Amino acid sequence: MDEQATATEEPSTQAHSDAALIRLEGVHKIYDLGEVQVHALRGVSLEILAGEFVAVMGASGSGKSTLMNILGCLDRPTRGHYYLDGTDVSQFSKVELARIRNRKLGFVFQQFNLLARTSALENVELPTIYAGITPQEREQRARESLARVGLAGRAHHFPSQLSGGQQQRVAIARALVNRPTILLADEPTGNLDSRTSVEIMDILQRLNEEEGLTVVLVTHEQDIAQYAKRALDFRDGKLRRDTPVRDRLIAREVLPTLPSLQDDDAAGET
Amino acid sequence: MDFWNTLRLALRALARNKLRSALTMLGIIIGVGAVIATVSIGQGAEYLVQQGIQSMGTNAVFIAAGSGRPGGARLGSWAVKTLTIDDMNAILREVSLIREAAPAVVSRVQVVYQNQNWNTGITGTTPNYFRIRSWPVQAGSIFGQDEVDSAANVCLLGTTVARILFGDVDPVGKQIRIGQLPFRVVGVLESKGQSVMGDDQDDRIFAPYTTVQRKISGITWIQFINASAVSREASNAAVAPITALLRERHHIRPGEDDDFFVRTQSDVADLADQTQRVMTLLLGSIASVSLIVGGIGIMNIMLVSVTERTREIGVRMAVGATESDVQQQFLVEAVTLSMAGGLLGIGVGLIGSALISNFLAWPTLISVKAIIAAAIFSAAVGIFFGFYPARKAAQLDPIEALRYE
Ligand SMILES: Nc1ncnc2c1ncn2[C@@H]1O[C@H](COP(=O)(O)OP(=O)(O)O)[C@@H](O)[C@H]1O
Ligand SMILES: [Mg+2]
Repeated sequence: MDEQATATEEPSTQAHSDAALIRLEGVHKIYDLGEVQVHALRGVSLEILAGEFVAVMGASGSGKSTLMNILGCLDRPTRGHYYLDGTDVSQFSKVELARIRNRKLGFVFQQFNLLARTSALENVELPTIYAGITPQEREQRARESLARVGLAGRAHHFPSQLSGGQQQRVAIARALVNRPTILLADEPTGNLDSRTSVEIMDILQRLNEEEGLTVVLVTHEQDIAQYAKRALDFRDGKLRRDTPVRDRLIAREVLPTLPSLQDDDAAGET
Repeated sequence: MDFWNTLRLALRALARNKLRSALTMLGIIIGVGAVIATVSIGQGAEYLVQQGIQSMGTNAVFIAAGSGRPGGARLGSWAVKTLTIDDMNAILREVSLIREAAPAVVSRVQVVYQNQNWNTGITGTTPNYFRIRSWPVQAGSIFGQDEVDSAANVCLLGTTVARILFGDVDPVGKQIRIGQLPFRVVGVLESKGQSVMGDDQDDRIFAPYTTVQRKISGITWIQFINASAVSREASNAAVAPITALLRERHHIRPGEDDDFFVRTQSDVADLADQTQRVMTLLLGSIASVSLIVGGIGIMNIMLVSVTERTREIGVRMAVGATESDVQQQFLVEAVTLSMAGGLLGIGVGLIGSALISNFLAWPTLISVKAIIAAAIFSAAVGIFFGFYPARKAAQLDPIEALRYE
């Protein structure tokens, strides 16, 4: 997707098939708390191809967030390798990881994590500040991004003036603004009611289908996982099951069957 | 992230907490303001001193009876009877560096004109005195040598005395009483303002020294000699020959203290310089203390801000901010805070000194050097005290920061 970003990365340090966008090999994560060691990931190996829509499932404490942090280059594995787009990033420096997060990855969090008293537009612009592009282009991209999540008309609203669903859409717009290849969402619907959750899934499905964006989504709700194409089940830091989603739900089709709320501007503007 | 972006971010963050930012800056504002104001006042004082030195007369050499040495057996100019008009004439004759000289005999007197009564100082001298001190009359004329020779009852008034005794009336030619004696006013001097010591030089009467010696003080000696050297360098060079000459004339044996002292204009200038240095040191200490206090305030508020904005820092890092981006952001914020405080402080200082010079009638001079120094120092304070909080922000772990409640 982003030719430039890819071209400027370090040359690949391995010889595996580069079909996989994400490739984990025996990844361990051990939190050393002095007295005890918490073994959060115990040898995880998996591959995710470009254009996939993966749901990461598992009970609380099973290591989902730890996995996402590693996939998101916010953390490094204690052992094992992480190949992102063919490059082993498991030993990258903090500065290199920051650059990858900025160019290749988009994050969506359960708590939205928008900056308070900062307009939707400026929240969306945030990643572009660190991407070294001109202010004009930054605003341009932020507006486009907001439009993609159906919030073009809310550019100058503050988070406090937006509903939860709208806030999460602003967060998605922020994740998209630097045109990443992967969108990582850790329980993005955890704070939302069921209809709003489906609206968010609609946006993620559209981005996945229409733009080929790779989506990795953490959820502990079975019905949210139903919107993904593939489900990974974690237990005690290990990948227990890796199955394609049967009877996949399409949010666009589910939405009309749900009772409509007053927050209905998602449909109009997309 | 480029600098303008960072600055914009910093301004935004500070504008978001206006009251807090203002209170944080207060320390710096007061510190810098106080320094700017006191420097202006100090410079005003310096200006007055310079004026005072000027008013002593150019190339002035001042000789006083008594010991000028502090600490030693000190005799006032009033108690020592050894300085005479003959000494003055000897100096004029034998010390070629001295061009002219005038004696001074001083006393306190009660002066009366009609129903106006005033206690003031009288100086007995010769007409040379007014040339040496470059002090012309504004009305009438200076008494002449023949009036000195005849110890005539004539006098010149300083403007303060003239105003008090005569108000709007022209004093020239009028008769006043000094003590019990009638004196004719021959002239009014121009205003000379305050002396180096801060007293009113215009609150004074001048008469022939012979008249003061014989009719007012009842003495035969003189107390001071105001001399003038041929050049500025000569005024310093003349000190040694004058000292030697007077010691010889006063029969002072080697090892014994002088019973007189000699001062030149540059001595006074040196003294003023020294005063200025002490003042600068004092101001410097005030400035550093207040800037340090202000800096600690900034550090404190920046630490609070880093804690409050932990999540924001986490988000910024998640979307690609590097440690140095975050560090720069908070550092620029601290420097913006301290520099804004510094600039406001400069403004406060300037307004303060304007008010002082208006209401206290004290001259104040704005020091550009002080303003530049204040700006530089407040920036330095921001960097120094902002560094630790910024470092702390930069070293946050993004995952922890994102999870922070
Ligand atoms: N920073 C940390 N320090 C110590 N232990 C941690 C840390 N983060 C997560 N853990 C532990 O690692 C395990 C996996 O946590 P996490 O990945 O957050 O699980 P999930 O997201 O599936 O609920 C848990 O036992 C958790 O307590
Ligand atoms: Mg979790």
